[in-house]
Amino acid sequence: MMGKTIFIDPGRCIGCQACVSACRECDSHRGKSMIHLDYTDPGQSVASLPTVCMHCEDPVAPCAEVCPADAILITADGVVQQADTTRCIGCSNCVNACPFGVPKIDLQAKLQMKCNLCYDRTAYGLAPMCATVCPTGALFYGTLEELQAERPGVQVADSFAFGDVVVKTGVAMVVPADKVQWPVPGGLPVVEVNGVDVR
Amino acid sequence: MTIPLDPSLAPPGTRNFRDAGGIPADKWHADQNGETLVPTHCCFCGVQCGMYLRVDKGGKVFGVEPRNHDINRMRLCPKGINAYQQVNHPDRLTAPLMRRSRDEEFREVSWDEALDFTVSEIKRIQSAYGNDAFGLLGGASLFSEKTYLVGKFARIALKSKHVDYNGRLCMVSAAGANKLAFGIDRAGNPFSDILLTDCLLIAGSNVGECFPVMTQYLWGARDRGASLIVIDPRETAIARTADIHVALKPGTDAAFFNAVLHVIVKENLTDEDFLAAHCTGWDEVKAKVAEYTPERAAEICGIPASQVVQVARTFAAADKAMAWHARGIEHHSQGVENCLTVINLCAATGNIGKPGAGYGTITGQGNGQGGREHGQKSDLLPGGRSILNEEHRRQICEIWGIEESELPTAGTSMMEMIWQMQRREIRGLIGICNNPFVSLPNYAVVKDGYDTAEFHAQFDFFLSETAANAHVVFPVTTWAEDEGVMANAEARVVKHNKAQEPPAGVRTDTWVICELARRLGAGDKFAFPDSRSVFEELRVASAGTVNDYYGITYERLEETGGIAWPCPSTDHPGTPRLFEDGRTYHPDGTIHMQVVDWHAPMDPYDDDHPMSLTTGRTVAHFLSGNQTRRLGGLVEQTPRPWVEVHPSHGFKSGDPVRVVTRRGSEVFPALVTEAIRPDTVFIPYHWPVPTAANALTIDALDPRSKIPEYKVCACRIEAADRIDEVPAPPTAPGHQAYPETQVSRTDPLPPTSPQGRGTADRS
Repeated sequence: MMGKTIFIDPGRCIGCQACVSACRECDSHRGKSMIHLDYTDPGQSVASLPTVCMHCEDPVAPCAEVCPADAILITADGVVQQADTTRCIGCSNCVNACPFGVPKIDLQAKLQMKCNLCYDRTAYGLAPMCATVCPTGALFYGTLEELQAERPGVQVADSFAFGDVVVKTGVAMVVPADKVQWPVPGGLPVVEVNGVDVR
Repeated sequence: MTIPLDPSLAPPGTRNFRDAGGIPADKWHADQNGETLVPTHCCFCGVQCGMYLRVDKGGKVFGVEPRNHDINRMRLCPKGINAYQQVNHPDRLTAPLMRRSRDEEFREVSWDEALDFTVSEIKRIQSAYGNDAFGLLGGASLFSEKTYLVGKFARIALKSKHVDYNGRLCMVSAAGANKLAFGIDRAGNPFSDILLTDCLLIAGSNVGECFPVMTQYLWGARDRGASLIVIDPRETAIARTADIHVALKPGTDAAFFNAVLHVIVKENLTDEDFLAAHCTGWDEVKAKVAEYTPERAAEICGIPASQVVQVARTFAAADKAMAWHARGIEHHSQGVENCLTVINLCAATGNIGKPGAGYGTITGQGNGQGGREHGQKSDLLPGGRSILNEEHRRQICEIWGIEESELPTAGTSMMEMIWQMQRREIRGLIGICNNPFVSLPNYAVVKDGYDTAEFHAQFDFFLSETAANAHVVFPVTTWAEDEGVMANAEARVVKHNKAQEPPAGVRTDTWVICELARRLGAGDKFAFPDSRSVFEELRVASAGTVNDYYGITYERLEETGGIAWPCPSTDHPGTPRLFEDGRTYHPDGTIHMQVVDWHAPMDPYDDDHPMSLTTGRTVAHFLSGNQTRRLGGLVEQTPRPWVEVHPSHGFKSGDPVRVVTRRGSEVFPALVTEAIRPDTVFIPYHWPVPTAANALTIDALDPRSKIPEYKVCACRIEAADRIDEVPAPPTAPGHQAYPETQVSRTDPLPPTSPQGRGTADRS
């Protein structure tokens, strides 16, 4: 897990979409939001959760791995950048490879866009726009220690199971304190996948 | 003197935030484009979040940047983030519009022609029917300087008693209750006290959607282990994770809170020392709540009796408990009494005047609190003085330089003025910064009232549904084009700063009011070149009152995160928390506890109308939507209203459902959800007819606060064959509706979430 990163706490999400609006204001892709807001159980609950780019670490950024133009670069601190506009050919390979459904393609411009953890802001010591404005702290930016200082006893996971593949990410998810901590598909504990203990 | 609050109190996750401060937001290109950041506040709700407006080298507002202000600590909701887009929006009115009759089309005219026509109509109506035949309706989104001017203009220039404001639709029930119980009209505690509480009770407030930024305080308390109790007929986003969610039937709050106090008395959980030292009326209240057993409340409220006991024990057991409420308990024909039952609960448990213990009302409009403090409300003079009090009248006449005989007496409330227009008692009206065609209940009556008026002028920066019905429309500034103060829900006065010059043809409300006064012959009393000059008179006019602003100056506001009134001298730190010395603002210093008996809502249920209709906000829109329904991102987020129905009625989401009340019927797409009671339906209220919740709501009023009973009326639901389409916001002649807002607006489907939010990405 990166030093400072985003922690997503679905329990606190009020579905207000301040993150979506804020992302639209971000200078690196102004006018387009790179955040998904999903409703987990419409009709039964008002529960919702935001998804930013999870900045996959292991396997390293599937989007970058499949990019035929080497347009998606990963910085030394683990941030998976959006496609380099001089290299991107708009082929959509990254869209298909991402297990979280994050990258978007502007078909007219033949360009990929995605969350780059607000590199234009974090480089200056500012928090990403989405986590800055999030009224509830459902998106928290900081270190794990900072999060735990604010929320005693909080537990997080940075591994997600997709079938028998486990992806470890740079962005982490707050998980229920009484559950097994990882891997976490959609926030629920999985200790065994297809008969294999993935711990 | 009150001790200032601990500045280190901060919501979770915000301590390490770095404010962009003097660094332009777009740091990569800042040097090239000459960007500057102007510190100001959001124009919308009563939280008044601090923000920077991004201004380009041409002096135009083009963006927003979070600001580490004490209130919001960088947090913003989607309305705040998108607000800047209205400053240079293509729908802005840039020339006065005029027509001599409603049969004509608007034409753009000069300022002189619009002002001359308005003044001639005022004079014609007043000379024929008397001064009180012309009225003024102000707004609680105006800066306090402007609300002061509205009240002074009505009494001195118009010489009419008929002035009121749209805060009448907002928090006047809470204001009335606070005045009765404490002798002061404001919340008792600042938001930051929430971080210190052990039990937070939220009644009738969908905090997550209406005041999203306040939820950071709520979570800060919960991180410390505080329990959360939510009283709401709907399972809102904060109710979903609350320790106790009481989904009571709309219009039964007083019975519920009486029963909670019944249990607290029965189980000896009251704070008798506090009651003896600080309260009067307790014996009578105790006798009344004895009649409200949990079983009786369960029957009235449609909830398990055990929940009453659970709430009573949780609230009373907390070392420090707080209760915050909003329109959910205030918008009722016993709105004042509902608030009084909450105050009784806080007082009986000794939860008043301490850090982490107290009460508050969550103001809907940006200046809902400050908007009435300086004379815009029909019965109030500046400084919260009563217009019926001889001493208060004398004081203000001295400041204004008029004879007491020249000062009119109290007028009527906003809804009553509409009824008077229907009866031709009021024949002319100026509306400033309000949109009653969407915001008042019982639309048919409102439309009839305005159509009956012989003359109607409106101030606005977009053509609202109400302005579209006027004879004259004055194009005025947005909040980013002028400076002034607002008082937020904590009674913290904050200063908004000017970020850009108004577009050509647009004038400030101050200029228009003063110019009208001059043409009416009262120019010497309205020689105000700017907001600052008005504020200096306001400070003096409030000195020595409970609502004392004398110690607040523009300079102090710019140096601090805002100052809570009362603030009697320029070296006084302000009063963020009330009653710390154990005294209220009544002459005897006690809390006047009030007996409340529950009564049923005014619209009776019968076989034809067996269900409750309740209304409220959605997070993407503000009030009548005149501003937010023009901003693409917010329209995309919530393009249309819907009706929330429980699955037990057999509808599928998206089905056309007709909602019928005794005022009318409209068809909305169903949003089927288990997050609402089976006997209740919900419609968000930001849209005009034929998709207006307020075409269906009842214009019954609370007898004391005169607030309409928006939150409950009898209805039935039935299947329909088509869904009413959302009309486009009105625009000036020659202007097309803004295309960005049109695509999703015509979407007939309900939103995908029970709380009315569309998916983030429809592409």
